[in-house]
Amino acid sequence: MNQRRSFFVLTMMAFGFAFLYIPILSLIVYSFNESRLVTVWAGFSTKWYVALFHNEAVLTAARLSLKIATLNATGATILGTLAGLALARFGRFRGRAPLSAMVTAPLVMPEVITGLSLLLLFVAMEQAIGWPAGRGFTTITIAHITFSMSYVTVVVQSRLATLDESLEEAAMDLGARPAKVFFLITLPIILPAILAGWLLAFTLSWDDLVISSFVSGPGSSTLPILIFSKVRLGVSPDINALATILVLIVTTGIITAGIFMQRQQKRRERDVQQALAANL
Amino acid sequence: MANTRQDDRSEPWKDPGAMPYVRIDKVTKKFGDFVAVDDITLNIYRGEIFCLLGGSGCGKTTLLRVMAGFETPTAGSIWIDGVDVTAMPPYERPVNMMFQSYALFPHMTVEQNVAFGLRQDKLPKQEITERVIEMLKLVRMNQFAARRPHQLSGGQRQRVALARSLVKRPKLLLLDEPLAALDKKLREHTQFELINIQETLGVTFVVVTHDQEEAMTLASRIGVMNHGEIVQVGTPTEIYEYPVTRFVADFIGSVNMFEGSLIEDEPDYVRVESAELGGIFHVGHGVSAAPNATVWVALRPEKIHVSRERPEGNGDNRVAGVVAEIAYLGDQSIYLVRLAGGRMVRVTQPNIVRQGGGDRITWEEPVWLSWDSSSPVVVTQ
Repeated sequence: MNQRRSFFVLTMMAFGFAFLYIPILSLIVYSFNESRLVTVWAGFSTKWYVALFHNEAVLTAARLSLKIATLNATGATILGTLAGLALARFGRFRGRAPLSAMVTAPLVMPEVITGLSLLLLFVAMEQAIGWPAGRGFTTITIAHITFSMSYVTVVVQSRLATLDESLEEAAMDLGARPAKVFFLITLPIILPAILAGWLLAFTLSWDDLVISSFVSGPGSSTLPILIFSKVRLGVSPDINALATILVLIVTTGIITAGIFMQRQQKRRERDVQQALAANL
Repeated sequence: MANTRQDDRSEPWKDPGAMPYVRIDKVTKKFGDFVAVDDITLNIYRGEIFCLLGGSGCGKTTLLRVMAGFETPTAGSIWIDGVDVTAMPPYERPVNMMFQSYALFPHMTVEQNVAFGLRQDKLPKQEITERVIEMLKLVRMNQFAARRPHQLSGGQRQRVALARSLVKRPKLLLLDEPLAALDKKLREHTQFELINIQETLGVTFVVVTHDQEEAMTLASRIGVMNHGEIVQVGTPTEIYEYPVTRFVADFIGSVNMFEGSLIEDEPDYVRVESAELGGIFHVGHGVSAAPNATVWVALRPEKIHVSRERPEGNGDNRVAGVVAEIAYLGDQSIYLVRLAGGRMVRVTQPNIVRQGGGDRITWEEPVWLSWDSSSPVVVTQ
């Protein structure tokens, strides 16, 4: 029985991993392809990596995308967390119903509509108050924050909904002021949700094409816009190389964070043990 | 410690000159149109274990939360040790609370949980460690200091929650259903442990519970609540033996309630004629009610005597019936006796003689029920 179940679990896991990672794996493999043809294997080579680091357009686009994604993720996380807190913790305030409805609207709004309406807004604003001047980095960032904060809000709100409110009350009862309660109790407990929200917002911005196309201007191509326009002229293997580098960066980051968190936990436990041993 | 016990035995609420330690003064709490706590005035004295007892939705938890500072009363004030704390936020009150869910911080160890309150007061590190260890020893959890709450059993969590709420040496400890999450055996054991800790530290406890047995064991006094009001305040004995309303009599333990009218009203006894009973109650205490007024007589099942022979006496405080049901519970048996008018009376008798032997009263047997004139209680509302 147990044997069979573990076989079943293993199969499921294998399929899951295959489904998720085979496309990425094939992309990594083909980034080392000698041939210019993306789908034909012609031997090992790192020439596309070399080409990539000499392609100024790709590097500029990557830098822009990274900057926008980071700024967007941070902005969206702050706004989304605040909105999630307001919805989950401040009871029934005036304007709660409209906020709750409006904040989740971008989740279901067609991207084309969001993009178009933002474009119209930016143009109107430029004419009225002269800001934002032209379209580019600023407008893309604002546009991305607009739709990705909804995702953060939903993630944070649903985490807070399952968080026992008496935890916060207990902290307050033990002498912590509301701000301290938030930073010592609420924030550490919902931190995984906030980090997940940040990563979600980052990736949403990182691969957004539709909305970015509406609100970008000349000379402000993000990576998806660049890749899309390049692919229209035919797929070139240096894109594979670029993607491989990104996968490597993300993997390293996640593993480092994991190791760091584990170490911190172990150290804390050891400290407590020592403190106790000294006092007994 | 001997002193504390002495203080517990003295009954400060009977001394008109005694200063109440906690004074709840005409407190009302409304949520919209719903009145959760309705104009409650209550005095609690130093070193008491005061139980607020009532069914769900009676306002007992709201009253506790008003004392803790989580709810602001709509009207009235709360005084603790001579200080008006009504407008004081929870983090400034000399009050701590033990939550029903225990509310242990999941991202902290047992030691960090208990130290949390002391850290908020910015005490020196050495003192924090000493007091945490001392408190963990008191609740016998010192070997679990490095564990996280999810690595503990329910009873262990309960003890950590208790340690955390006591470590700041509060003037008043509020406990919200402290034993509700424990199983029966552990609950009984923990009740006595709680009383021991309370006596050791001399902290005033206010306990909210819906469990009348828990209230009876723990409390120095009980306040029975219903619909946001305190119906009766008294020692467990007073509440059980001298309920002032039908609600209290019915809520605490089981009771046979008979409607009747007052036919004789003397300062030291009354007689009540009850059609339901088909007889007359002779009650050995005076009642403040108009003659011929409708009253209710409460009679506890264990205070009724069952016999085959007609009891001696003038005819009051006895009635004939037929045994309709018997439930054998081991230590005692419950008899349901049908009276002539069809009314069922619940009687419990301890099983002093071992079952199986002897000539016992059985189903459909005609019996006589009788009781002492000190047993029935007359309530007027």
